[in-house]
Amino acid sequence: MSWASELPPDLLCRPLGLVVLTGLDNTYNAVHKAIWDAFCNNRRADRVPLQFKVLNLDHDYPKCRTKRTTYEWYVPKGILKSAWMNKHLDQVPSVVVVFFDLDWDEPLWKEKQMECATRIEIVRNSLDGRSTRVCVVLIQKNAPLPPGEDMVAAERAASFCSACELSAKSLFVLPNTDHLLGYVIRLENAFYEQAQSYYHTEARRVKAHKEFLNKTTHQLLYVRHQFKIAFFNELKQDTHTALKHYKQAYGNVLELRMLNTNMLEVKTVAGFINYKICRLSFQHNAPLDAISQFRKHIDFFKKKIGTGELSFEHSAWMSRQFQIFGDLFDEAIKLGLTAIQTQHPGFYYQQAANHSISRKQLCRGLCHPNITYPSPDPLEGLSSLDYYGQRPWRQGHQSIDPPDAAKEKDGILALQYLESTVDHEWIIIPLLSSAVTQFKKYKSPRMKRYLMVQMGEEYYHAKQYTNALSLLSRVTYDYRVEHWWPLLTNILITSLRCAYLVGNVEEYVALCLELISKYIPLSKEEKTRIQMNLIRVMSSDPPEPEPGCDADCVEKAKPLWKCETSKEQEQCMFTVEMQNIIPFVECKAAFSEETFTADVPIVLHIFLKTTCPFPMRFSKLSVLLNNQVYNQYCVVSDGQGIGSGESSEEQTGDLYLVPGKPKMYTFTYLPRQEDVGKTLQISSIALELGSETSRCSVLHWLHWSDSGSEGLILPAPEHSGKKKKKISSQEDLETVEWDLIDTNSSANLVPRVACVDVNIEHHSPALIMEFYHIKLNIKNTETSSTRNNSLSVGQKEKLDTFLDHTTHVTVDHAEYKDKVVPRREQVPLGNQGVLEPGEESNKSIFVKCLQPGTRTIVIRITYEVDVDVSGHMVTCTCEKEETITIPAVPPFEVTFLVKSMKFEAVESVHADCPFMVLTDINNSSQWPIQIQTSELKLSPFIKNVGENVQSQLESISLKSSEHAGECLCMVAPPVIQPTVPLGNYVIHWKRHGDDTLPSVTTTLPLPHVTLEHIPLAVDVDIPSNGSVRDTLPVTYTIYNKTGYIQEIEVTMDSSELFMLSGHKQLHFRILPSSKYKLNYNLYPLAPGHIPLPRLHLNMLRYPGTMDDIVHKMIPSHVFIMPQGKSNGITV
Amino acid sequence: MAVCVAVISKENFPLFIKTIPTENELKFFYTVHTSLDVVEEKISNVGKNVNDMRELYLGLLYPTEDYKVYGYVTNTKVKFVIVVESSNTNLRDNEIRGMFRRLHNAYVDMMCNPFYTPGENISSKPFERIVDSMLVQD
Repeated sequence: MSWASELPPDLLCRPLGLVVLTGLDNTYNAVHKAIWDAFCNNRRADRVPLQFKVLNLDHDYPKCRTKRTTYEWYVPKGILKSAWMNKHLDQVPSVVVVFFDLDWDEPLWKEKQMECATRIEIVRNSLDGRSTRVCVVLIQKNAPLPPGEDMVAAERAASFCSACELSAKSLFVLPNTDHLLGYVIRLENAFYEQAQSYYHTEARRVKAHKEFLNKTTHQLLYVRHQFKIAFFNELKQDTHTALKHYKQAYGNVLELRMLNTNMLEVKTVAGFINYKICRLSFQHNAPLDAISQFRKHIDFFKKKIGTGELSFEHSAWMSRQFQIFGDLFDEAIKLGLTAIQTQHPGFYYQQAANHSISRKQLCRGLCHPNITYPSPDPLEGLSSLDYYGQRPWRQGHQSIDPPDAAKEKDGILALQYLESTVDHEWIIIPLLSSAVTQFKKYKSPRMKRYLMVQMGEEYYHAKQYTNALSLLSRVTYDYRVEHWWPLLTNILITSLRCAYLVGNVEEYVALCLELISKYIPLSKEEKTRIQMNLIRVMSSDPPEPEPGCDADCVEKAKPLWKCETSKEQEQCMFTVEMQNIIPFVECKAAFSEETFTADVPIVLHIFLKTTCPFPMRFSKLSVLLNNQVYNQYCVVSDGQGIGSGESSEEQTGDLYLVPGKPKMYTFTYLPRQEDVGKTLQISSIALELGSETSRCSVLHWLHWSDSGSEGLILPAPEHSGKKKKKISSQEDLETVEWDLIDTNSSANLVPRVACVDVNIEHHSPALIMEFYHIKLNIKNTETSSTRNNSLSVGQKEKLDTFLDHTTHVTVDHAEYKDKVVPRREQVPLGNQGVLEPGEESNKSIFVKCLQPGTRTIVIRITYEVDVDVSGHMVTCTCEKEETITIPAVPPFEVTFLVKSMKFEAVESVHADCPFMVLTDINNSSQWPIQIQTSELKLSPFIKNVGENVQSQLESISLKSSEHAGECLCMVAPPVIQPTVPLGNYVIHWKRHGDDTLPSVTTTLPLPHVTLEHIPLAVDVDIPSNGSVRDTLPVTYTIYNKTGYIQEIEVTMDSSELFMLSGHKQLHFRILPSSKYKLNYNLYPLAPGHIPLPRLHLNMLRYPGTMDDIVHKMIPSHVFIMPQGKSNGITV
Repeated sequence: MAVCVAVISKENFPLFIKTIPTENELKFFYTVHTSLDVVEEKISNVGKNVNDMRELYLGLLYPTEDYKVYGYVTNTKVKFVIVVESSNTNLRDNEIRGMFRRLHNAYVDMMCNPFYTPGENISSKPFERIVDSMLVQD
């Protein structure tokens, strides 16, 4: 019944004032054509809103009816005349423009003026009675002069106006020059003003009728007049006033008497006015006004059904109202309005669809397809009604009861007949599709899915089963995820019907698998029926038709299944992915252990459970592992067909599953040796239903993981609190809850446990640089001989690169050739790798740590041995690993001290003067150390004093925290550098106790010393001690170290403790590099450690500086022994 | 009074749905299910500001032509949905709030039952009695 609720195009368009241009000869006159093009082409939004038409001068405009002076006896026949809007949009102009070629300097001015006046007269006549404005445009060849200068023009214009009875404002001049478009736009604006004033007067004229009306008989006219006023205002582009009057019109509509006979008319007009109000409200950026107006509109009219037999008409109208509003809303959004999740066009489209659905249902109930269409056709003239929304068979009647009951009945029958020919689905589906788009946009996935379900159902009703099936299959997943089983069931049942009707075996089977699972709340009978059908399909028989399907389609589907089943005798195998659905068969898998050693068979349990009403026989169960080699061991086939009923006792391949009785299948196989160290993982499980030779459905669980193994049915989180149980036998299985079955889908393969004894003997901590000895004793405790015994030893890998670079490992021989080898691999053990049972093998490992730090040394022994695993001889690789940690500590601390010959600590040494270096070696480790020898590697700047210097530390053993020291005397020849390195001190040592080990050489740098150059050197030759009253000869030898002659003054202090002979005071010269001796005989008078008489030296070249320096060089005291009695005797 | 009362778990699994006796129960199921769109949106909007103390009552979720759907979310994200007929105008916001409070209390009582495993469908008789008292009695 679309015609009743459709909006006429005159209503939908934006009303534009009509301006008629006459006198333009577009066919033959190029100038006129250019003018017309300037008017009508390229009308963008910035041009004035007018519609232009070119008509002949004598065009016949609609006649103006004589104006009624009184409405007293007038009874209106309807609300809105269907021709009226079109009349004012397209036929009655607001302005008629007469174009005329006339220049001001026209020689035949009078004649031309006459001609034009005639033309204007013709136009006026054809517009008889209308207040349409008439304007004249003179097309002139010359450009106009500035106003006020052209006297001729002014004069002639005045005469022209009076001749044509034209106001000066209605006369225009259009110079035919370059700026045509500019002039045309100015003209347009002038016309627009005229048009506006025309529509304004028209609106006022209609308003003036109001006083003649009375409420009882002219209710319809109130609506009509307000509508007209509003429409004229719209033409005038005064939308605010228009909106005001539309609202008044709407108010008047609501006050109308509403009867079954005129309900359609009222609703039609109300719909029109509502459309205008909503549209203008959106245009005025007041969406809330529009929405509330629409709500008011719907709330008022939704109960106004009208004639019961035609109630589908009401639904159609409601649906249309919602759709129209949805479109308006959507349009407004495209122009920049923002909508929200709970208020957007989708809701309106959805409601439109809902009303269309109820329309369809009403139609089903009211219209019988075998109605004979009444004759004569009561609907004749449906497309050319005088008034909007009236019945064609009783136009113009406003009485309470239909004038002719028989005609009314025929009319209703005809309408029902028409309705029954409508494909409602194709009205509903696009509406739903629009709604889906909107809900998707406004983040409502569930609503979107619901609408898609509805769409699918409509497709189903429209017998588009393939579409329905694909649409529904797209939404089921989310319902499964959210566990909305009732909704899912509903969708699946529809899908199943579709799958049946199009003969889609794969979908049919998949749907059956799901529908008979325990989660689907269907009756047992229903499930039984579905399961029987499933069994039929899988045994290549046609299934029973689904109940509730269209009978014709069932007939069409039957042959499909027949030929499906006959032609597919060859092979038909398809896979159903189980993780996407909730099948009636559930599956769990578990390796019996988390790790398997290489000599033990792997045990894999598969648990199967069905939740369908009847037992089911599967044909094959296979487990696919990440390592495909093992797949062949994990297959169970059931030899019997799907139909055979009883569980075959004690048969190996029995895949007959009784509902609620879980079954366990165990696969046992030996791991391959090359897979040791890898992880064995179940990648998928396939369960076949049907026979492989004809039709077979593979139920496939993919992406196998512990959490995903339950598929969509995640266990309640609380279950994780309960202890999962490991199942190892069928009996266990029957006592344990299915959800609590422990699953682990992966197992690690590890080497067989090694049977060797490993003894490690070592004494940590290690000393830095020493060859740290680790004694290894390996004993074969296997029962048979082992092959390929090998030893790998070294710093633990990937621990620390610094330790890798400073740890050197050798086996058997302690050697180090400047290249650090942190690991030794595959060192054979025993006799070419073979160890007999009980045989032992010894190995020495030497670790040299170059830097302090704790080393982790890994000792790994691998071997191969033949093992008997359930009758097979299997070669297993075994491995034993031991780890020891060795801290490395420094063996000793060495300190060096530089001293003068007087054993006084000095900061610098004098060139050519001997000095001492004292070494001190402190054993800081806990082990005794044997120092074999030490040596000095002097730098080229330093010399030993004396020859054949021998180490004073030969073969010395130091216990923990014992010290050893050496005193080394050396001299520095004069060089230029202020500081010189002394060289290196080398110690050869090893840990005490093991003579087989080579000694270790540790080189230590000696300190640097500062050299001082002194011009003089003084040597003193004095006995180490003297005795009282015994002559003590002292010789001072003074060397000149410079290249010049030096003058020196010497004075000797007198002392009370000595008698003294020799120069008391002396002045002498020393030649370069020569010496001078001063001899004194001292005669000590007192015993003890007594000061020597002091020698003062003064160099005249460096006065006053030498004395102190010399004092440091010469001894200041001497030890004098007392005179013994025996001494006296000997004397 | 209400025409449909539903309890939905935090994973959006239906725990309990009861409608007035009607042949088109499914429609209510869909109505409740689709209302979760709005609930989720409301929850996620609040989530942005942690300090906001969220009000449990979500108010009118969305109006359909015939029904009004109200929502309520507990702190543990268990959702309650009540569907009321649009024509029923004497139910004001306060009454709806009161109904939700009663429903929440009943739910809490039901949860206290040590034999109830959270996440299972609700089959408690006292709970059902309270729901029944909220549904329209014809």
